[in-house]
Amino acid sequence: MTATAEPEIGKARVRKEDEHLITGRTRWTDNIVLPGMQHLAILRSPLAHARITGIDVSAARSMPGVVAVFTGADLAAEQGSLPNAWQITEDMKAPAAPSLAVDTVNFAGEAVAVVAARTAYEAQDALEGIDVDYDDLPVVLDLAAAAADEEVVYPELGTNVSAVWTFDSAEAGTGGDVEAAIRDAEVLVQRTFRQQRLIPAFMEPRSVVVDPTGPQLTVWSATQIPHILRLMLAMTLEIPEHKVRVIAPDVGGGFGGKLQVTPEEVIALLVARRLGKPVKYTESRSESMLAAHHGRDQIQKLTLAARRDGTVTGMKVELLADMGAYLRLVTSGIPILGAFMFNGIYKFGAYHFTCTNVFTNKVPTDAYRGAGRPEATFAIERMMDELAAELSRDPLELRAQNWITHDEFPFDTVAGLTYDSGNYEAATEKARELFDYAGLRREQAERRDRNDPVQLGIGVSTFTEMCGLAPSRVLGSLSYGAGGWEHAAIRMLPTGKVEVVTGSSPHGQGHETAWSQIVADQLGVPFEDVEVIHGDTQSSPRGLDTYGSRSLAVGAVAVVKAAEKVIAKAKPFAAHMMECAEDDLEFTDGRFRVTGTEKAVTLAEVALAVFAAHDLPDGLEPNLDSEATYDPENFSFPHGTHLCATEVDTETGQVHIRSYVCVDDIGHVVNPLIVDGQVHGGLAQGIAQALYEEAVHDESGTLINASFSEYLLPSAVDLPKFVTGRTETPATTNPLGVKGVGEAGTIASTPAVVNAVIDAVRHLGVKDIEMPCSPMRVWQAIHGAGRPATSDQGAAR
Amino acid sequence: MRISVTVDGTTYTDDVEPRLLLVHYLRERLGKVGTVIGCDTSNCGACTVHLNGYSVKSCSVLAVQADGGDVTTIEGLSRDGTLHPVQEAFRDNHALQCGFCTPGMIMQSIDLLAEDPHPDEHTVRHGLEGNLCRCTGYQNIVSAVLDAAQRLEAKQAATQPDSAEAVR
Repeated sequence: MTATAEPEIGKARVRKEDEHLITGRTRWTDNIVLPGMQHLAILRSPLAHARITGIDVSAARSMPGVVAVFTGADLAAEQGSLPNAWQITEDMKAPAAPSLAVDTVNFAGEAVAVVAARTAYEAQDALEGIDVDYDDLPVVLDLAAAAADEEVVYPELGTNVSAVWTFDSAEAGTGGDVEAAIRDAEVLVQRTFRQQRLIPAFMEPRSVVVDPTGPQLTVWSATQIPHILRLMLAMTLEIPEHKVRVIAPDVGGGFGGKLQVTPEEVIALLVARRLGKPVKYTESRSESMLAAHHGRDQIQKLTLAARRDGTVTGMKVELLADMGAYLRLVTSGIPILGAFMFNGIYKFGAYHFTCTNVFTNKVPTDAYRGAGRPEATFAIERMMDELAAELSRDPLELRAQNWITHDEFPFDTVAGLTYDSGNYEAATEKARELFDYAGLRREQAERRDRNDPVQLGIGVSTFTEMCGLAPSRVLGSLSYGAGGWEHAAIRMLPTGKVEVVTGSSPHGQGHETAWSQIVADQLGVPFEDVEVIHGDTQSSPRGLDTYGSRSLAVGAVAVVKAAEKVIAKAKPFAAHMMECAEDDLEFTDGRFRVTGTEKAVTLAEVALAVFAAHDLPDGLEPNLDSEATYDPENFSFPHGTHLCATEVDTETGQVHIRSYVCVDDIGHVVNPLIVDGQVHGGLAQGIAQALYEEAVHDESGTLINASFSEYLLPSAVDLPKFVTGRTETPATTNPLGVKGVGEAGTIASTPAVVNAVIDAVRHLGVKDIEMPCSPMRVWQAIHGAGRPATSDQGAAR
Repeated sequence: MRISVTVDGTTYTDDVEPRLLLVHYLRERLGKVGTVIGCDTSNCGACTVHLNGYSVKSCSVLAVQADGGDVTTIEGLSRDGTLHPVQEAFRDNHALQCGFCTPGMIMQSIDLLAEDPHPDEHTVRHGLEGNLCRCTGYQNIVSAVLDAAQRLEAKQAATQPDSAEAVR
């Protein structure tokens, strides 16, 4: 071994995870086959709001292969109410959320009955044999109308408003009075933006297998949250927690969409328990789009106050947020996660946020990549461009005038957070260079001068986000139902190999590779000698799972803390083996060395000696295994500057992304290959919101684009080649100096693209185009005398 | 109906319902669960396999249509422990994250390269238009396919096969 091994952290390691994924030796939930296993199919309501007046399942029960059919009435006594973990206000209204509807359906796609049969085909066939009588009820769809209680989803509540949540900087002592800022403003920019409803659209449809045989009831699920799911199933169904085991095997993407306790998981569990047999349910893509939770769906009314010199003085935010028909796991809290980010990277002095959470007869909304923060970032970054246009200022220059400068950190924001670090100047300067900002502005001017039918637009987004969810005390102060710590354990095997147990449950992020790199550096063992274990409550008993860009900034820090404990535990054994004092030892590159000598033992040698336990110091437990639970003191704050150039065909409305440059500052980088991959994928989802995707309902509440034929997930031809760069300002709030990267691309890119589209056609009188900026909407905006183009129809390619 | 299909080098004879999709036959009858199902409208391409040397979406082919045919799935690509150059390129270029689209993406990429051994970026993007990925933004997939083209060329130069079919 060389004196100082090359650090693993920072290496572009090819992923450990990939070998089985590229050869098809995969363990998706739907692959699981158990002896005696029955297959489930679920009958779903075709209506958005109706009373169930009768269900006849007799025909289905006698169909080939069918072993059982259950309705909501059959399971009513045991199904409980699906959990909501975030009571954002004391008087928040949270109607009971049955897994199988009992007497009323509240959205199209809600589960009404379940068939268990020998094969999936037979189960599906038997749905035809179920006859449900419905009485139509008034359908509540439009968010503004719902907020006005014109018709109500829940007559017993008397209102569609679930909760109103407010933050006021004057009241909180974090800033001034926004009404005063508005009164005194020399310039006011007022806009209303719509965050359309989106579908997370993970590639692996949700699937669940439940085995009720054996001492623990075992649930395999395509979930992001095996640990939370175990707890919630136990609490919801009143099963002793130690009698439930949850396993997340290979999981094919989540993006927040699998951060849920689903009706399907509860139904599968209850049916398995009734039958005493294993069951499997795997949704079709159409079912997934109809019934798995959606994301975003907010109306943002924004008022930005500024002086004529460009100094922003305050921002007022009034949100309407569509909950859909029920409050799922964190539905109610998603807009609140955005509440702390509407000030972005800026240091204006007054801020007021109010959010009204509203029920409609649509599938519930909940986490989708970014969860609250993309909405906030879109709002402030669009408004900064609007202010720049109002004042005829360069949008980057206007931002620089208002942002927190690198020498002002740590910075207490008007929204009550403390940003620990950042360098917005450096990231922006690098992005300008990579983008050729000046050159593109020249070309833009030329195209305008010659009235080119294809106009060029430049969009800016300088963003930050809070991630590394989350300090438990902060979550407590927001009345969230759990903490935000993460757990890790390290097991030293007698041969010197290492098992790392993590509570963070990956579904594509590359934990096995990144955690191995970190542990290799910490313990001085080869990268190949580390095995990362996750996603099974039996082998990884404690954890709070994967979401909110938390795995590295919280979960990996727990791994570091556990590794430090291993070294501390090994040290007295090493001293004993070399007959020296502990104080004489230093640990580097996997060895305890007597300072100033060549005398050393490796950690592997210590592990073997501890295993044998023949000659150990008195009073020491023969065990190096260690665990740690890390609760962050603060969030981490990745930031970056994203620049987008779009060509907009003014004759067709077609938008083409010509170039996209992003410079992200995510602190120290563990694996640049993985980081770039996260950024690319994030950008794709943010761009998709800007240009392509929208869940569209007809007037009866039916989702009309419930398949990949009509819901425009971007393909390889719809996206540009991204140019990614980085600056590296380490986080000061964790020992790795990392910030998290899972959501950055999604959060930053949507406003960059929309700003670019508007910038291309602003000189034609366009001030806004509703997302997605489809060719039709862009064309209407250009040719509609500058009126914002809105439409109930989805995007067309 | 009785069918006989060769899958990844082994010939199987089975009685199947006429409505049985090839992907369900592969997954449920043969245990070839490396091939996966991502949608029900043949848009996503996750179930792509090769039938008689050409890529097909196995959710849009009936098992009976594969009667007498030769199917290669993701599980049959690496033989004798050696990865196919396209598999290697996907791994080395970090062209997968969750990996669910990967079997179909790799099978489609092999077909694309058999069709055009020297594609440019534009050709690759269009060749993969029928395969959806939600994780990668496609950038590293495109890089992987371009990289694989070079690997295949180097491999062919070494073994001197005289037809593009050998790539499949």
